[in-house]
Amino acid sequence: MIPAQLEDLLSTHRRGFLKSAGLLFVSLAAPNSRAADAPGPYTLVDPRKLDSWIVIHQNNTATFYVGKTDPGQGTGTAFRQLMADELDIAFDKTACIMGSTDITVDQIGSGGSTAMERDSWPMRRVAAEARRVLLEMASARFGVPVDQLSVSDAVITVKADPSKRVTYGDLIGGQKFNVTLNGNNVNSVAGKAKTKTIPELKIVGKPKQRDDIPGKVDATTKWNVDVKLPGMVHARNVKPPYACAKLTGIDESSVKNLPGFIKVMSKGNYVAVVCEREEQAVRAARQLKTTWEKPATAPFPSSEDLFTYLRTAKPAASAAPAVVGNPDTAFSAAAKTIEAEYEIPFQGHTAFGPAHATADPSNGQMTIYSNDMKTYGMRRGVATFLGMPQDQVRVVYMPGSQGFGRTAAEDAACEAAWIARELGKPVRMQWMRDEETAWDTKSPAFLVKMRGALDAAGNLTGYSYEARSCDYNHIGYNEPDTTLIAQLMGQRRTKVTEGSASVPSDMYAIPHRKMTGDVYALPAIWETPLRTGNLRDPNGPQASFASESFIDEVAAAIKADPLEFRLRLLQADTTDDTGFRRARSIAVLKAAAEKYGWDARPNPRPRATGKVLNGRGIAYSFRGQSMVAQIAEVEVNRETGHVWVKRIVCAHDCGFVVNPQSRRTSLECGLLHGLSRSLHEEVRFNTEKVTSVDWITHPTLRHADVPESIEIVVVNGDPNPNRPDLPLYGAGEACLKPTMAAVCNAIYDATGIRIRRVPFRPERVLAALKAGGV
Amino acid sequence: MSKITLKVNGSTHTVDVDPATPLLYILRNDLDLTGPHFGCGLGQCGACTVIINGAAVRSCILPISSVKGEITTLEGLSSNGKLHPLQQAWIDEQAPQCGFCQNGQIMTAKVLLDKTPHPTDAQIRQTMNNTLCRCMSYNRIQAAIKRAAGTVADASPVGEKEVLA
Repeated sequence: MIPAQLEDLLSTHRRGFLKSAGLLFVSLAAPNSRAADAPGPYTLVDPRKLDSWIVIHQNNTATFYVGKTDPGQGTGTAFRQLMADELDIAFDKTACIMGSTDITVDQIGSGGSTAMERDSWPMRRVAAEARRVLLEMASARFGVPVDQLSVSDAVITVKADPSKRVTYGDLIGGQKFNVTLNGNNVNSVAGKAKTKTIPELKIVGKPKQRDDIPGKVDATTKWNVDVKLPGMVHARNVKPPYACAKLTGIDESSVKNLPGFIKVMSKGNYVAVVCEREEQAVRAARQLKTTWEKPATAPFPSSEDLFTYLRTAKPAASAAPAVVGNPDTAFSAAAKTIEAEYEIPFQGHTAFGPAHATADPSNGQMTIYSNDMKTYGMRRGVATFLGMPQDQVRVVYMPGSQGFGRTAAEDAACEAAWIARELGKPVRMQWMRDEETAWDTKSPAFLVKMRGALDAAGNLTGYSYEARSCDYNHIGYNEPDTTLIAQLMGQRRTKVTEGSASVPSDMYAIPHRKMTGDVYALPAIWETPLRTGNLRDPNGPQASFASESFIDEVAAAIKADPLEFRLRLLQADTTDDTGFRRARSIAVLKAAAEKYGWDARPNPRPRATGKVLNGRGIAYSFRGQSMVAQIAEVEVNRETGHVWVKRIVCAHDCGFVVNPQSRRTSLECGLLHGLSRSLHEEVRFNTEKVTSVDWITHPTLRHADVPESIEIVVVNGDPNPNRPDLPLYGAGEACLKPTMAAVCNAIYDATGIRIRRVPFRPERVLAALKAGGV
Repeated sequence: MSKITLKVNGSTHTVDVDPATPLLYILRNDLDLTGPHFGCGLGQCGACTVIINGAAVRSCILPISSVKGEITTLEGLSSNGKLHPLQQAWIDEQAPQCGFCQNGQIMTAKVLLDKTPHPTDAQIRQTMNNTLCRCMSYNRIQAAIKRAAGTVADASPVGEKEVLA
């Protein structure tokens, strides 16, 4: 059964227009026919046509079509605000359709917190252009120049004679604009109209409730996992019991008499079972007898030995160091040198809902129902993997469990599509929890060596950052030859993606700096459960954990207040201030400190005597042009090692804000994700397999962990009063970046013990406290 | 296979399935009640929660043959087209991010409030602690529970002053 919303969408889109009033996300009538009867081909939508973006209905409502996906940050609602404002139509008379490859223009999908910063611009311009065209139509109808017309809430009025009025719906409802736009690519698409200035915007900047939430709480939302098609069968994978194992045998007799059994599907080391019903597939996948040969050499060291491995291995890829001044001289002339090494393990994406896709091979085409955040990349990936022309493949975007980058490197779609084509039937593929946790993409482990050179006066004159990241053969965006099924079937890229070892983002004016990032490979880089992929601000938390913890160490070494020390480094004599980042760095640090009520003193505080030790830590960083400073207040239980972040203050500047409500909730969720990675998350493995397989063995933040107080301080603004417009920067990902360091610094303040490895799980903290005599 | 009769949200259904089948698959695939979600299949996360005899039950590990009593799913929470106060509080607090876990959050909270109409912060944290959210919408959920219970109003409104600094 196809969700009604989708049915409505697909069937009406073929005619180019929606058959009803547009507000599809609330009109979930009973489904009546199949969407898959759209026969294809499924060509991409032309971004240079105004009709690709905006449809005006006869009842004077509008539907916007954008090539973005919204995993829950509220970008869909924000796009409606931006486009409704430019079009001059009431917000509640609009709807937004997102991210299905044959319906909406290719704007990649989502990722990198770029929705507002980059992708909203063409939407604003096309909405402004639609308004311009409608005004010209009204001008012709009334025989008065455009400048003698006014427009409000989708009604155009002759200023001199308000009895002469016409709605957008009357002008064009149910018809096409037939207007061609300019621009060489989707991001430069524009018409003749200018977008409004900030003071002219009425809907943008106001808090709006997200339009996707009601359906998610009253069970009317149709999720990707809810897609049901006639004749659909269920598939489950059988993963190798050991990483990089070779399949040597399948005993089909172990399952062929099970109820509902249809087929074992296998090629290379890929194995799946297909049954009529879902629970039958789950049972058959568990019961199928397979034999495997272990690899001759261990595919990776154990998680306990990972950092020893990184210390001794040779790099697989190196980037040229970033050097400022003469760091070698600074270190040789130093009165004192400080060194420290920081360790960040692999952390999982561990999506709450395991990977899922449904594939329909009807009409010789392939339709994928997915919550993939980059649906257009998935379309290319599936087409290439199957050897099908791209215009025979489409991806229908539907809501699903958020994956923080996991769904940019999605695996289930190629699996479902391959099986569906082989069987000639629609196939629903879903991973099990242990598969998702063990075999999803991982955020790379980092080992970072930090060094600082202090002169006799205690000034930080030299700084060295050497990162080793375990990121070789990094997975990108749905490449057909790096999805797990392709690897298990033996496909290999000729040119491996080197991965990256990021350097920290700060504006400290340290005169002599050297920053290097080398990438290391594990012994196995194919068919491994330790594939690395982009996890929310890829590499940012790792780099900032090392750099911002180390700055705290230096401040402690010279007995400086850690806030004052940072401000001193930021206010040093320099002309470097790209995007006013220096001024804005100072602003977020000061704003966080003011909100917190920062008491200036060196860390650590004199050690208390009770069972619970309190401390506060500060850290700051930026991502792109989004600035973040955080202060964490912790309670450390010296008897159990348990750390509770009791209070967290986050000062944040991401420029112009479209929806303050969803910006706030995105930041709250983002920084709690940062806390989860600080306190809980670590992928464990032995030399044969990943042993983190569920929520016990890869724990995550829970209700009881939530701080008593989460305080977001909005610092948005622009220090340049002459700037004509405020830029929009990405909000969400930046706020994870400094959290690990803020917590680390707070634990140090509370206990005097510096723990240079995340996560700060109780057993690790307790061991460190005991070793330090606390 | 055997015929099993279930009462769900006031309606009676008979299905002919393997009695060991977890209730979740029957609800989702046979009865089209897709409010409960599959998250882990291990009873660890709560995505599949339904209410049976006033208790929050993890339907992903409950064999259908063991079901004794009427089942309420998320679909059954609203009555006569009116949202349950918890659902309204969820909207007012803008609680979900992706929303995939929220079935379990809402159903677990309902059982909490049915038993303890005015829970303390500690009771909320304790009762909800095994219902997971990977978007980390926890503090919004906690605020929504308090709002529905009438113990605390909006925990963190977005004021006009924040519209543009």
